[in-house]
Amino acid sequence: MIHIILIAVLSFLAQLILPWWSLAIVAALVCFWRSPGALAAFFYGFIGVAIVWLVYAILIHLRTDGIFTARMGQLLFKMNNAAMPMLATTILSGLVGGLAGLSGYFIRRSTGNQTA
Amino acid sequence: MRYFKAILLSVLTITLVWALNRPWGSVPAFGPLLSPFAGFWQNAESDQTKDEEVNVTGTRAPVTVVFDDLAIPHVFAQNDYDLYFAQGYLTARDRLWQMEFQTHAAAGRVSEIVGERALELDRFNRHLGMGYGAEQTLKGMESDPTTREVLAAYTAGINAWIDQLTPAQYPIEYKLLGYAPEPWTPLKCALLLKQMSSTLAGGADDLLMTNVLRKYGAAVTFDLFPDYPTREDPIIPPGTKWDFKALPVPAPPKDSLLTNLIALSAPGFGVSPSRANPEIGSNNWAVGAQKSATGHPILANDPHLTLSLPSIWYQIQLVSPTVNTYGASLPGAPNVIIGFNKSVAWGVTNVGADVLDFYAIRFKDASKQQYWHDNQWKSVRRRLETIRVKGKPDVVDTVYYTHHGPLVYETGAKPFRPSIPVGYAARWIAHEQSNDMLCFYKLNRAENFADYREALAYYVAPAQNFVYADKNNDIAISPNGRFPLKWKNQGKFLMDGTNPANDWHGYIPADQNPLVKNPPRGFVSSANQFSTDPSYPYYINWQFAPSERGRRINQRLTVMKGATIDSLRMLQNDNYNLRASDALPTLLPRLSEKGMSEQQRNALQALRQWQRSNDAGEIGPTIFTEWTAQLTKAIWADEFDTGDTLPMRFPAFDRTLTMMQRDTGARWFDNTKTPARERFSDVLNESFRATCDTLVKKHGPVGTSWNWGQHKGTDIRHLLPGVDAFSALDLDVGGGAVVVNATNERTGPSWRMVVALGDQPKAYGLYPGGQSGNPGSPHYQNMIETWRLGKLNELLYLQSAQDKNPRLKRTMTLK
Repeated sequence: MIHIILIAVLSFLAQLILPWWSLAIVAALVCFWRSPGALAAFFYGFIGVAIVWLVYAILIHLRTDGIFTARMGQLLFKMNNAAMPMLATTILSGLVGGLAGLSGYFIRRSTGNQTA
Repeated sequence: MRYFKAILLSVLTITLVWALNRPWGSVPAFGPLLSPFAGFWQNAESDQTKDEEVNVTGTRAPVTVVFDDLAIPHVFAQNDYDLYFAQGYLTARDRLWQMEFQTHAAAGRVSEIVGERALELDRFNRHLGMGYGAEQTLKGMESDPTTREVLAAYTAGINAWIDQLTPAQYPIEYKLLGYAPEPWTPLKCALLLKQMSSTLAGGADDLLMTNVLRKYGAAVTFDLFPDYPTREDPIIPPGTKWDFKALPVPAPPKDSLLTNLIALSAPGFGVSPSRANPEIGSNNWAVGAQKSATGHPILANDPHLTLSLPSIWYQIQLVSPTVNTYGASLPGAPNVIIGFNKSVAWGVTNVGADVLDFYAIRFKDASKQQYWHDNQWKSVRRRLETIRVKGKPDVVDTVYYTHHGPLVYETGAKPFRPSIPVGYAARWIAHEQSNDMLCFYKLNRAENFADYREALAYYVAPAQNFVYADKNNDIAISPNGRFPLKWKNQGKFLMDGTNPANDWHGYIPADQNPLVKNPPRGFVSSANQFSTDPSYPYYINWQFAPSERGRRINQRLTVMKGATIDSLRMLQNDNYNLRASDALPTLLPRLSEKGMSEQQRNALQALRQWQRSNDAGEIGPTIFTEWTAQLTKAIWADEFDTGDTLPMRFPAFDRTLTMMQRDTGARWFDNTKTPARERFSDVLNESFRATCDTLVKKHGPVGTSWNWGQHKGTDIRHLLPGVDAFSALDLDVGGGAVVVNATNERTGPSWRMVVALGDQPKAYGLYPGGQSGNPGSPHYQNMIETWRLGKLNELLYLQSAQDKNPRLKRTMTLK
């Protein structure tokens, strides 16, 4: 749980000033720091990052009556509703976050064992 | 092994990030695009209601901006510099991408944004001399201290907006196409004007007419393409006195027109011709005090252009110690273009003067360093055009300039527009030094007829019919712009560029442009028809827009008494099809029911019962429009559409109808591609039946599925081709090409305005779109439905920033 919270908070702060892909660095670092296993690392990275994008997207969607979410759904996915943009936003960020978390974990394993 | 996994996963992650961080062809970079921190989510807007204070550098004193419920800014500045600064700032805030895109297009820079697929478009605009023309206009604007300062202020305002933007705040189109806004320059304001000239004064039939002449000879050509139509009601009422001493008209060249032209005619080339869009036109009129219910004039204007999103127009009220004007502005140009102030109102429609001519150039040799003119070799100027292409090396083009103008296409080149001849130089009014902006600056401040006349003298191109009304009860209209002084029919055909007799011979003096003030009939009007009857001493063009809209407007205004804002609004929405009422009495009696199918008879029945209204729910206009198109083709295509080899054009509908009425034995009715000899009634009946069959195939049996509104389907499309999600498609709305409510598939009234003059002007108007260019804004297309219904919004004409009105929503202070 602490991982998810850490990834969420740190990736949120990072993206306020850095490009979107800073979320990958955050997920990798947190999982490098500590992670019980490969699956957990992916999971932490995925959820920690994706929850920030999803919640932020939902907030914007609600604040603006969702006019634009549906239009972008039409433009990018040929579906005139908000579901696809939401889903794509969540999965895209989650995948990057998850893979980054996994990378962090494996990097730790490959270096950590030697120093241990 | 453990290294392997670490490396593999890291590489995989980095690759994914890299792949998501860049565009793939036309697929945008999804990573930044979907990020709620920087991507499209950031473009979603809600209705702003809070007052704001904005710190900007560049204003000289605080500027107060009051926004109404339609997000229209009412700007109150303490000096003119701040006024135009604020106009630039606010327009950029709402329309930055559009402003830049349109000027990029004019400059031939679309390839920079979208890559190679725009290369031919860019090449065309550069070879037509758009950039050169803009530089000339800029010289004109900067040579006057007033307009120089207006331009500087407007530019500074736009750049103040751009400078504080973060990538997350870029308009969505930048994010989709993956580029960033660049600083604005005064040249871009000039480029926007060139874009308007290209749309409104860039049409040319010279090549097509020359081919007709070459194929059929002078007698046929002048018979089928006469210099004045059968049915016409010109803008300046016949009988109006020309109170000036006209300059002598230059003499035409001595050599026989035809032999010369045959030698000149360029060899044929690809695809069927595209010409000036005949659906682009406009209406305007003003009724005088004696015809109005208020005792003061009422003025109306609706310019018809290609309907697009973001909207062509941007509403604004501009107030400073020297001015208080309201109306429609063009994003990228300071001042109000169509609007009113406390004393006067004005509007424009396109004139359609022939201000683009083509000259065959004889070069000394392949090096193209010298050309023959006036019995001597003259030197050619070269202009290098470097076109940057996204993802590809730069393309460098040489454009050759003669004293006529640029060589649009060299011999052997494949033209982008088939109506542009190869091997010819273009003489175009848009290449002249001019200061059109000063005209609008002065109109914005005009108080009376004399001010109107003074303002108009500065206007060059694209020539417009400027309608005028003021609270002193003067009304007037003037087809106005800089018109070349020509011999009759000069430029109807391609010309020999070696003979100075073919050159333009100066210009018609501005104060001799056609004008009528307070005519006895009590109104003035225009709908792109002939400027004058043949009594005007100068030649402006041999063809203008079809006369139906103008004649219908004049019929309605002639009988109108006690006109109100609402009666003029109704006239803007008038759907009466005068072409049908002209033609059907000739066509219908000759249709034979014998041998007709049931559906064909039903369609005929519907057409007979039709009351000639192009309302959305009628099926008559569907049948009539499709049938006349089919009929015209059946009559002329065999002779005048010979495919790629020799692009020609059809005679006008007016001439076709005259032939159907007076010369039913004409040879043109025969289809030369069949051995039999067809007569008028054969063509008529066959085309009617074919039309019905096509419509049945498309819509099923005769019934509501044939309704005009759905059949026509008006689209308002985003400026980027194919972006349906940001467009308003298939609007169910009446109108048509030759009715006053000229709403077509892609074109239509891009701004409707009605102004009642008086102690306080009372004005109504709207355009089919919204103030914001952002598809994520509630103000992106919020006026479309009101427009579709033919209604207008009241235009709030404020006297001070403290004015109270329930529609005023919030205030912004720029300091």
